[in-house]
Amino acid sequence: MVTKAELEEKYSAPQEYKHGFVTDIEEEFAPKGLSEDIVRYISEKKGEPGWLLDWRLRAYRHWLTMKEPKWANIHYGPIDYQDTYYYAAPKKKPANYNEVDPEIKAMYEKLGIPLQERAALAGVAVDAVFDSVSVATTFKEKLNELGIIFSSFSDAVKEHPDLVRKWLGTVVPFNDNFFAALNSAVFSDGSFAYIPPGVRCPMELSTYFRINAANTGQFERTLIIADKGAYVSYLEGCTAPARDENQLHAAVVELIALDDGEVKYSTIQNWYPGDKDGKGGIYNFVTKRGKALGRNSKISWTQVETGSAITWKYPSCILQGDNSVGEFYSVAVVNNRQQADTGTKMLHIGKNTKSTIISKGISAGHGQNTYRGRVQIHKGAVNARNYSQCDSLLIGDKCGAHTFPDIEVNEPTAQLEHEASTSKIGDDQLFYCQQRGITPEDATNMIVNGFCKKVFLNLPMEFAVEAQKLLAVSLNLEGTVG
Amino acid sequence: MALLEIKGLRAKVGDKEILRGVDLTVNVGEVHAIMGPNGSGKSTLANVLAGRINYEVTGGTVRYDGKDLLAMKPELRAREGLFLAFQYPVEIPGVGNAYFLKSALNSIRRHRGEEELDAMDFMSLVTEKMKLLGLEESFLGRSLNDGFSGGEKKRNEIFQMAVLEPRLAVLDETDSGLDIDALRVVANGVNTMRAKDRAIVVVTHYQRILNYITPDFVHVLVNGRIAKSGGRELALELEKRGYSWVDEAAPGPVAAGP
Ligand SMILES: Nc1ncnc2c1ncn2[C@@H]1O[C@H](COP(=O)(O)OP(=O)(O)OP(=O)(O)O)[C@@H](O)[C@H]1O
Ligand SMILES: [Mg+2]
Repeated sequence: MVTKAELEEKYSAPQEYKHGFVTDIEEEFAPKGLSEDIVRYISEKKGEPGWLLDWRLRAYRHWLTMKEPKWANIHYGPIDYQDTYYYAAPKKKPANYNEVDPEIKAMYEKLGIPLQERAALAGVAVDAVFDSVSVATTFKEKLNELGIIFSSFSDAVKEHPDLVRKWLGTVVPFNDNFFAALNSAVFSDGSFAYIPPGVRCPMELSTYFRINAANTGQFERTLIIADKGAYVSYLEGCTAPARDENQLHAAVVELIALDDGEVKYSTIQNWYPGDKDGKGGIYNFVTKRGKALGRNSKISWTQVETGSAITWKYPSCILQGDNSVGEFYSVAVVNNRQQADTGTKMLHIGKNTKSTIISKGISAGHGQNTYRGRVQIHKGAVNARNYSQCDSLLIGDKCGAHTFPDIEVNEPTAQLEHEASTSKIGDDQLFYCQQRGITPEDATNMIVNGFCKKVFLNLPMEFAVEAQKLLAVSLNLEGTVG
Repeated sequence: MALLEIKGLRAKVGDKEILRGVDLTVNVGEVHAIMGPNGSGKSTLANVLAGRINYEVTGGTVRYDGKDLLAMKPELRAREGLFLAFQYPVEIPGVGNAYFLKSALNSIRRHRGEEELDAMDFMSLVTEKMKLLGLEESFLGRSLNDGFSGGEKKRNEIFQMAVLEPRLAVLDETDSGLDIDALRVVANGVNTMRAKDRAIVVVTHYQRILNYITPDFVHVLVNGRIAKSGGRELALELEKRGYSWVDEAAPGPVAAGP
């Protein structure tokens, strides 16, 4: 018979991180540390125009005046910003997919990322970012025919400088916060997508981020614009090798939706979480924000956060256009010594704006999970509506769940609804399942999936299956029930 | 053939010894009723048979189909055909009734070396059994016991039993909290399960259900031991005279508890 203690032991047992391998290729590094010279070095490496270098330098100078935020419910040792490489790139820069280093190709194959055009079957266009640079973008031509631009950030700067210049920093300004300022100074690559008016992007666009090199920070920058009446669904996945040192990841994502436009952004975050004692793992300090700028526009975030030692992330929506809609669907899992402080901000500015927040936190082992949310109804946001639901599920009794919902209403016609719950997988529930022939692992898996259903329903099909598997791996529940 | 053989079974919950030497043999094809006052250990016996944690067996043996039942994990017992209809069925929000039952059925079928049922076959099996218990189609889509009325929970237990087709079913107060009509439906469900190769143990406080499900044997559990056994008529007698009568009439010396 499985005792509670055994189960807890099992949940907190070392998890198998399947993506923890290192790819052996030659990489080129900028000298360690951060200075104006490094910022210039990165900009020069990328052959950037003067305005972008200026922007970076302003960000850097501003960053110097800022302090690392300490308000989040996470605990970690000091980060030495001079002990990190801010730029690492494979030495051979490929001109097209056929020239991509076979080692890198093999790695993406191992990760199951369809880089090749034949991946048309998978129906996903992929931009893959390996350490600091984008290695290949698939489907580019096919998307071109529709006027859709989907490329690495660096290529976009070269090929569509006006678009980039017009929108960069309009949602997350370089001085927004400490990590966003850092990113603005040293971002090395990322993805760019622009969907022209009236075009519905026929396939999921996808970025796959991979940190390979040791002691390297990854600072990618993503900018997605849905023009009037355009629609795009974007997927982001990420992994990193298992390393004993902590690695910093400070990304910025900006989304913009014009009149009747919609951007749907889904993330499966599976960065290396560290070992069971909390050694190693990614420090994930990410700023993600979308601006529903036009009338009837929509920004929708879905995230499944299973990785990273530390997660600090609040994908948010600025609902500026009248009738615009913001959504945040989140599953955050912490196990072992992982800590997550995640949630969202919904800023209602336009009339009849509507937002939905569904947050599901799962804590196991010694994990600490915090939901932090802010709903702000500005004066004049007539008839604004928000629905928030924050649920926490505890597995075992050494973990923790915390919620900090915050509401500010300056408009009397606003309607807000908030629901919250904390539950624990009970011994009696597990026993009930066992009595019907189901193992405690499968039972836990079933309960966890039931708990996350509302969020998974918002993921594209293949991603939902992936998310379920990932959850089972994160909680050490790989069982037999399909 | 003896399907279940309990000999001198003792069990503790916490520091308290609840079962103090239970002897009971159940053969295939038989229906047994176990009655007894509140707190006498009926549910404890059922839980010990099913393998619930924190129920510590301190003595005795239980053989099920010739095997050492107490050595098996709870899920193995279930897969081997032991079914417990819970006195208080547990709610599991978010897990669909149908999904749960299909997982249970397929884990049992896999164990038996049978092919797993696909969604179609499962639905046709389940639809038939739902009719038997007068359950609405919408029932399948709801979360497991979540927000079910007391009566619905009990019906669901018998519905699960009908689908899983156990070899030994222990029904712990399935009749409690059922209205007259529901009682008849549930009893009917149990009766259709009566079979030559199956045994059923009905734990109850009321002889009323035994009007529908006629037991071959009736046992009275008092203070952790079977104090008296008899036929159908024992239940009627108990209803008339209460349990204190059995206490006094208990055969042989009852070892003094600690
Ligand atoms: N988890 C527990 N901790 C302590 N005592 C317990 C526990 N579970 C049961 N008991 C005690 O064991 C005794 C027997 O309980 P049990 O539930 O087996 O009785 P029962 O015969 O099924 O009663 P009822 O007819 O009321 O259902 C009771 O005194 C009860 O309080
Ligand atoms: Mg009882």
